[in-house]
Amino acid sequence: MGAIDQPLLRLVAVGRDFDVSRPWLNRVLEGAPRQLLRAVDETSFEVKRGETLALVGESGCGKSTVARLIVGLYAPSRGGIEFDGLELTDPARAAEAQRARRRMQMIFQDPYASLNPRWRVRDIVAEPIRTLGLAATRDDALSRVGELLRQVGLAREDGEKFPHEFSGGQRQRISIARALSGNPEFLVCDEPTSALDVSVQAQILNLMTELQQRLGLTYLFISHNLAVVSHVADRVGVMYLGRLVELAEADEIFARPRHPYTRMLLDAVPDLDMTGRGRTPVAGEVPNPLAPPAGCAFHPRCPHADARCTAERPLLASAGRAMVACHAVAERRIAL
Amino acid sequence: MSVPLLDVRDLRVEFPTRRGTLVAVDGVTFSIAPGEVLGVVGESGAGKSLTGMAIIGLLEPPGRIAAGEIRLEGERIDHLPPERMRRIRGRRIGAVFQDPLTSLNPLYTIGDQLVETILTHLDLGRAGARRRAIELLGEVGIPAPEARVQHYPHQFSGGMRQRVVIALALAAEPRLVIADEPTTALDVSIQAQIITLLKRLAREHGAAVMLITHDMGVIAETADRVAVMYAGRIAEVGSVREVIHVPRHPYTAGLMGSIPRISAGAGKRRGRLVQIEGSMPRLNEIPGGCAFHPRCPRRFERCLAERPEPQRLAAGEVACWLYADGRD
Repeated sequence: MGAIDQPLLRLVAVGRDFDVSRPWLNRVLEGAPRQLLRAVDETSFEVKRGETLALVGESGCGKSTVARLIVGLYAPSRGGIEFDGLELTDPARAAEAQRARRRMQMIFQDPYASLNPRWRVRDIVAEPIRTLGLAATRDDALSRVGELLRQVGLAREDGEKFPHEFSGGQRQRISIARALSGNPEFLVCDEPTSALDVSVQAQILNLMTELQQRLGLTYLFISHNLAVVSHVADRVGVMYLGRLVELAEADEIFARPRHPYTRMLLDAVPDLDMTGRGRTPVAGEVPNPLAPPAGCAFHPRCPHADARCTAERPLLASAGRAMVACHAVAERRIAL
Repeated sequence: MSVPLLDVRDLRVEFPTRRGTLVAVDGVTFSIAPGEVLGVVGESGAGKSLTGMAIIGLLEPPGRIAAGEIRLEGERIDHLPPERMRRIRGRRIGAVFQDPLTSLNPLYTIGDQLVETILTHLDLGRAGARRRAIELLGEVGIPAPEARVQHYPHQFSGGMRQRVVIALALAAEPRLVIADEPTTALDVSIQAQIITLLKRLAREHGAAVMLITHDMGVIAETADRVAVMYAGRIAEVGSVREVIHVPRHPYTAGLMGSIPRISAGAGKRRGRLVQIEGSMPRLNEIPGGCAFHPRCPRRFERCLAERPEPQRLAAGEVACWLYADGRD
């Protein structure tokens, strides 16, 4: 157990490439080159105990890859991931890393795909208890399952049913119960509400906030929806094309977004209160990650781009109460 | 109000099954004027997409229109023979669906697909149709349309593909456009562009747009009026401003409260979101009386026993016993 003020999770310059080359024969015959997709690059951040760090960005920005790197579904190509002071990527400490990973769990986006349709709910929820040997007897395990189901707002009897008997929101509650059954400290939630209807989304977000307070959980919350993030996050990281472009306290990022991309994202959120603000139309789309632009990846869409932005990649540096990777912010070319 | 372009009266869509008939759309009545954008909003299973499919005559069997009338510019279009409906579709009604990839044929260039649509519906030669295709691509904001017209769907990004689909829907200058979740598969920054495009369509071409979505934010920015659907029925219709700022139906009020918003003082210290307990009933379990009563915080005896018909108020229509006899 590390010191209390030490972050629970620390990513240091983490990168992950995917080989998307054509098959070997094509490469030989057609001379096609090997092609690497940099899904995540040079990403560093910390998650403190008991907080919620949200990662936001559009599709293909690498936020889900980060989630999978942390829980160990992918191995990083570069960099280090430290959990409670332990380097998870160190091959010499693999056994310790495996034990440490038991203290984290993941909640997935699609509650229709993440629950085995042939298992009863009680078996789904009990699986981590069995695998991790957390209950002495079968009765102990079952009573723990009943308790978990109640905790997420379901009834004990629901354990006898199969996943198809539940609605999307109830299934996501089952996923949460399963994640909690291993007594984790840290939950990685990858778009946990984006497959749900809004009224159900509100139920799940409220439940997650309650559970966090009651159980002292730490969350990494991945989402493309800034409004959702503004309700759950303590701190927010904005990703673009595999890199963090801004990282700040939630209040700060919503009140004073600094990076032009963060501003663009905030501007694009529909104006529900009909203040007549009108959206600022944004030019262009996220570029092809196989051929990312040189310099700052955002420069082709950025209204503040100049020669330096097209040539030199900006690094994450502190700017007031935020960390921002932008030359225009660093040079104070953007009025805040 | 002028003569409505689309007029739907008491529409009922049923699915006969071995265990009885499921009623997916139940007595839905609304109209859309030329140049107007009507938002139809609701959660999954509310019947909003089926209403759209019934209008364009593309209900998947065994689904069928069991009762009601659909009029396009005064002419009945429900129960037309398939061949006649096919001519109306594309010519007078354009459709935009959620997933642009499934709306386009991957084997043909988008130019070929546009030209074919134009030749089917308009009296133009091949060269004229091609010119029109390029013009349409430019109109929906695709850069370098002369070059792009020769490309295949996979060569376009998601946002660009949805523009192509919109261009296809507009090819014959339809009077009515039915857009079913046109922005749902797109990232926020692209959403804004598509919304602007739909709005322009109604303003500049005088088309009637039926915008079906689960996203109140999109409705707020695009629609003139909005119909809120719940369990196959319309719970509330009114101007967007009224429905969003002063929702009458308890379901609409709950729905509005449950939407997370960005406002000053972000972070979870802001407390809980309003939540509606439970979820939308399945089609075979729609409760008697008002379909919303088991989830309604304001229900009383009458809601359990009697089904509320739409009540006309100054601001619109509400199907809720709280507003019986036009009380507001």
